[in-house]
Amino acid sequence: MAIDWQLGTVTSTRDETPTVRSFTLALPTWSGHRAGQHVDLRLTAEDGYSVERSYSIASEPERSGELDITVERIEGGEVSPFLHEIVVPGDRLELRGPIGGYFVWEAALGGPLLLIAGGSGVVPLMAMARHRARSGMSIPTRLLFSSRTFDEIIYREELDRLAATGDGFGVTHTLTRQQPDGWTGLTRRIDEAMLADALEPLGSATRAYACGPTALVEVVANGLVRLGLPPDRIRTERFGPTGT
Amino acid sequence: MDEQATTLAERVAEMRDDPALDLVLDANALGGMLAGLFGDDVTGSPGQCAHCHTVSMVGTMRAYTRGPGMVVRCPACAQVVLRVVQTPTATYVDASGVSWIRIAR
Repeated sequence: MAIDWQLGTVTSTRDETPTVRSFTLALPTWSGHRAGQHVDLRLTAEDGYSVERSYSIASEPERSGELDITVERIEGGEVSPFLHEIVVPGDRLELRGPIGGYFVWEAALGGPLLLIAGGSGVVPLMAMARHRARSGMSIPTRLLFSSRTFDEIIYREELDRLAATGDGFGVTHTLTRQQPDGWTGLTRRIDEAMLADALEPLGSATRAYACGPTALVEVVANGLVRLGLPPDRIRTERFGPTGT
Repeated sequence: MDEQATTLAERVAEMRDDPALDLVLDANALGGMLAGLFGDDVTGSPGQCAHCHTVSMVGTMRAYTRGPGMVVRCPACAQVVLRVVQTPTATYVDASGVSWIRIAR
């Protein structure tokens, strides 16, 4: 079955941080998706010039007929400034998907789960976290999340709420560029020691998903292998250099 | 398992010397374009590298997209398995680096 282009209507937008915005798209013929999958978005100018970008689906599969994407505004980008500055509810966007048979998780696969995110790499992992919450299965999960500053933590309040439910979901933040006054958390880039600390209470049956800039994902994948996690339990989504 | 871990760690170390390291994507990110070529989403499909014969999921192969066209490399041996070049009138696909891909129906 080929994956055809379809039109989605923007029904609402939500600012997650000063540079990151989520868009809810209604898709009447959407067949559903799995957490971790993405869509390709295509913008076509009047002269026929078109550009495509892939965006991870942020919403859980349990929401039918619509999906969320979360887009970081990239300075000088071809697509994200348009999405941030021009697109409003009621606009229609061309997209295809869901795409991805590798970087996916569903609750039936079980856990424990170790989710590692760098910046906007948290988006597909958030779909997994939201799906996990809806599943009601209390799967032990740790999200290790690297952001530059406190204000740039995507989904910060929702993650606080998920961690407060007491159903086995925990978040470890590290802020690598700047920390607010009184910050007692981590301040360095994700490294093997951090991975070891996150992995230790979860155990060797853990499934790990890492998404973010390629450099971060390489450190994570290599570190998890050295910590003894079987390579087939480590899934990665490298999305290239930071800021693209 | 140790042998596999050592091989992966060594390969990662080699790739670290590659100045294009930061530019590599998982081929999963190109799933839509690959679906257009193969008729379906193949990111979850196994494929065999014609060079080293390792079978990997297509989504785990390493894609380089910044040059002219797209190059996909085997995650085990780093050799080229697939090249795709778009011209104004045609798409060129060189799949000589792939022995097979198994696309489930």
